[in-house]
Amino acid sequence: MNTTISLFLLQDGVINGAIYALLGVTLVLIFAVTRVIFVPQGELAAWGALTLAAFEAGHVPGTAPLLVLLGLCCVFSDMLRQRRGLNGKWFIERGLRDIAGPLALWALCIWLAPQKPALWLSVALTVSLIIPMGPMIYRLAFAPIADASVLTLFIAAIGVHFAFTGTGLLFFGAEGSRTTAFIAGVFPIGVLMVKGQSLVVLGLTIVSLIGLYIFFDKTLRGKALRATAVNRLGARLVGIPTQSTGRFAFALGAGLAALSGTMIGSLTTISYDSGFIISLKGFVAAIAAGLASYPLTVLAALGVGILESFSAFFASAFKEVIVFSLIIPMLVWRSLVVRHSDEEDE
Amino acid sequence: MREFSSAPLLWLGLILAFACIPIVPCIPAFWITLWVYIGIYSLVAIGLVLLTGVGGMTSFGQAAFVGFGAYTSAVLTSRYGWSPWATLPAVVLTAGVSASLLGLVTVRLSGHFLPLGTIAWSISIFYLFGNVEELGRFDGISGLPAFDLFGVSLASADRVFYLVWFCVLLAIVVSSNLLDSRMGRAIRALRGGSQAAESFGVKTAYAKLTVFVYAALLAGVAGWLYAHVQRAVSPSPFGVHAGIEFLLMAVLGGSGYVLGGVLGATIVTILKDQLQSVLPKLIGSDGNFETIVFGILMVVILQVARQGLWPMFARFLPQPKPQQIHKSAMALPRRPMPDKGRLILSVEAARMQFGGLVAVNDVSFKVNAGEIVGLIGPNGAGKSTTFNLVTGVLRPTAGSIRFMDSQIVGKLPREVAALGMARTFQHVKLAAQMSVLENVALGAHLRGGRGTLSAMLRLDRSEEASLLREAARQLERVGLIEHMHKPAASLALGQQRIAEIARALCLDPCLLLLDEPAAGLRFAEKQQLAVLLAQLRAEGMTILLVEHDMDFVMKLTNHLVVLDFGTKIAEGAPDVVARNPAVLEAYLGGVE
Repeated sequence: MNTTISLFLLQDGVINGAIYALLGVTLVLIFAVTRVIFVPQGELAAWGALTLAAFEAGHVPGTAPLLVLLGLCCVFSDMLRQRRGLNGKWFIERGLRDIAGPLALWALCIWLAPQKPALWLSVALTVSLIIPMGPMIYRLAFAPIADASVLTLFIAAIGVHFAFTGTGLLFFGAEGSRTTAFIAGVFPIGVLMVKGQSLVVLGLTIVSLIGLYIFFDKTLRGKALRATAVNRLGARLVGIPTQSTGRFAFALGAGLAALSGTMIGSLTTISYDSGFIISLKGFVAAIAAGLASYPLTVLAALGVGILESFSAFFASAFKEVIVFSLIIPMLVWRSLVVRHSDEEDE
Repeated sequence: MREFSSAPLLWLGLILAFACIPIVPCIPAFWITLWVYIGIYSLVAIGLVLLTGVGGMTSFGQAAFVGFGAYTSAVLTSRYGWSPWATLPAVVLTAGVSASLLGLVTVRLSGHFLPLGTIAWSISIFYLFGNVEELGRFDGISGLPAFDLFGVSLASADRVFYLVWFCVLLAIVVSSNLLDSRMGRAIRALRGGSQAAESFGVKTAYAKLTVFVYAALLAGVAGWLYAHVQRAVSPSPFGVHAGIEFLLMAVLGGSGYVLGGVLGATIVTILKDQLQSVLPKLIGSDGNFETIVFGILMVVILQVARQGLWPMFARFLPQPKPQQIHKSAMALPRRPMPDKGRLILSVEAARMQFGGLVAVNDVSFKVNAGEIVGLIGPNGAGKSTTFNLVTGVLRPTAGSIRFMDSQIVGKLPREVAALGMARTFQHVKLAAQMSVLENVALGAHLRGGRGTLSAMLRLDRSEEASLLREAARQLERVGLIEHMHKPAASLALGQQRIAEIARALCLDPCLLLLDEPAAGLRFAEKQQLAVLLAQLRAEGMTILLVEHDMDFVMKLTNHLVVLDFGTKIAEGAPDVVARNPAVLEAYLGGVE
């Protein structure tokens, strides 16, 4: 092992780490606002990669009909829950938002996909297909039990993850796909040969993180989200609708997951079930930061990425064993440091 | 065993009818095989019910312990030629040791960190199984021997059926025995948070580890059966998705009911099998589409029936008999009460600082045996913090607290409890689903000594009878005897506070600490409480209470300690304190 190899491994690690950082930050964000540990985020990222791959191949992506299906489920479950107050106006409103919107997106995909749209358009379409899935999942799975314990919400999140794995297989098939890089080619920077895609990943991650910072620090909506994160009851008392902040957090989370998906697609082959492991690595980072601190999450994510790329080099078969065993000492350290009460129960 | 006590013949009939499944000629062999697997998965699900539903710890990693059991037996039989029977102790040892090690680190994790931890180690164990040469990598180990009993091979499903379900029956009996015991109460009390259990002497970390290891042992035995029924092992049935399916069984069946585990395993296994044959035809391609249904099922169950399906099922079965109180049971030995007037608690210059905030500022006071001492003060005066110092929940920054000639500072709440101090909580901490009787019996935890093993084998009955008799005696004393078989959550708030006092009395304390016992009580209830406390004092009990209701405090106490902003501002007989200008100023505000 020489300097070139270690620099190469370091580069690889930082790039993967940047994606884990984006996912980890999203996990922290969703957890803080809704107390949901959003495991299915990984599936959304994988769907982002697969959707982009479909556009590149000139196919209509499976996410388009899937979004329509989710919209139908939402209307149906609202109907079951609401029962009273169901009238023409209600159906037109819901129909437009949850069914007509997704249908229009689907139609757009059918029209554009065979023409193999430009990269920026494909990415934009991918992200706009996946963003609405966030709030839909929130409405279907989590909103009805929004006040349950973290544990119950977590089990529900695992349920959603389970359902999504099967759904992904159904809509995307079992084969893996790989997308082309946003920027092809390699740039020499000093002794280091930097891949164009690496620059894109780093750039987009940094821009997203700065965007999040500005959003949370400067806008009223962002402040409302932070207030909900600090104290749900208090936020509700001052007039912040916690349900809609929950939906918003999920939309934001889905958007960031889709974006990381489009970036990761050219780094490694993604199939319907790749998301779980990727998002769990975001988790390792988020947990290391106690599911609370954003900057610490980013640092820990870079650490996970670097550890992963070095262990892939030295003991490739045991890469996952090493990364996931790492979480245990971290968890122990966390549970010793954080004095939070376990008096919570449903 | 209590589950079967009310209608033993019915249960015996059900079990015999079930045992006939393999010999009824018209049942296809395929269904008998399915029942064998249901039995194996039931073992895992029963363990999870105890862990998740009863102990309040969620694990997605049980499949890893099934894997430990299966691989242990597979290696020993295939490589070293052991008989499958001979590997059982090794299986138990492997599962037990690995669970103890993983448990020691993960059981400490609270709340949602524990399930996250179980996901992490089950993934890394999965890849470990798949990458170790000796375990056959991802191909696994095949050609394992079947069980054989006195020369009769149990290779066919209709024979191994009996072995598997014998294990399940054993697990049901042993698990129910465990829950219905002193240790079982300690485990069941964990769900409502560990603070109450800890303050009655339960070593909660040990109780958690016990359930964790027990659940892993059941999973290990399931793996042992699986290896020799399947006759092959490979990593895929032991991955995290299998772990999620096991949790689904527990949640669906009803986490909290031993038989719910069997119900959940039955539904999930049959559903999976049916879906695997129906869904691909419906959808037109192959794949694991049953995961879609399972995922949705999990979410829906949490939304509409968080208790699972067993309670709906159990309505059609005879209800288990409530616990019998044996009047003849031996009375528990009592600790000698200190002589009236003797100094039993002395707080000297106790100080508690949280960062720059001084919550308790060098407070000193004394409590003599046979007195009721009141600790009063406006909101934020440091009363609750003082309480937490005395009970060992918090460790003071400086100062000394002596109780019955022992230094309390540095002792854990359960060690303080063992010295004869019992408490109630400002916010009632009873295990909601447990009966009032069992909640109260938890108070007597330190007066018994029987552990897990003797509970499982029912060797603890005479001690258990004594503990329950004591609980019933205290309930009678406080006037709640007619409510003893109701779930604690069904009592009114005032009654729950009284039940907490009964639980505290069960410890046989010489000092009783009551944290706002009259809060939320109606006028008549307050009067009854005052009568009860006065009667306890007459019997020689010493009481230290925090209370807001001045009228209540003035009439009842012998001595008052007044705190304001963490500092003691007055002390003395109630009528003297009531005229103290500093006290009046603290309560009513100063004259401008």
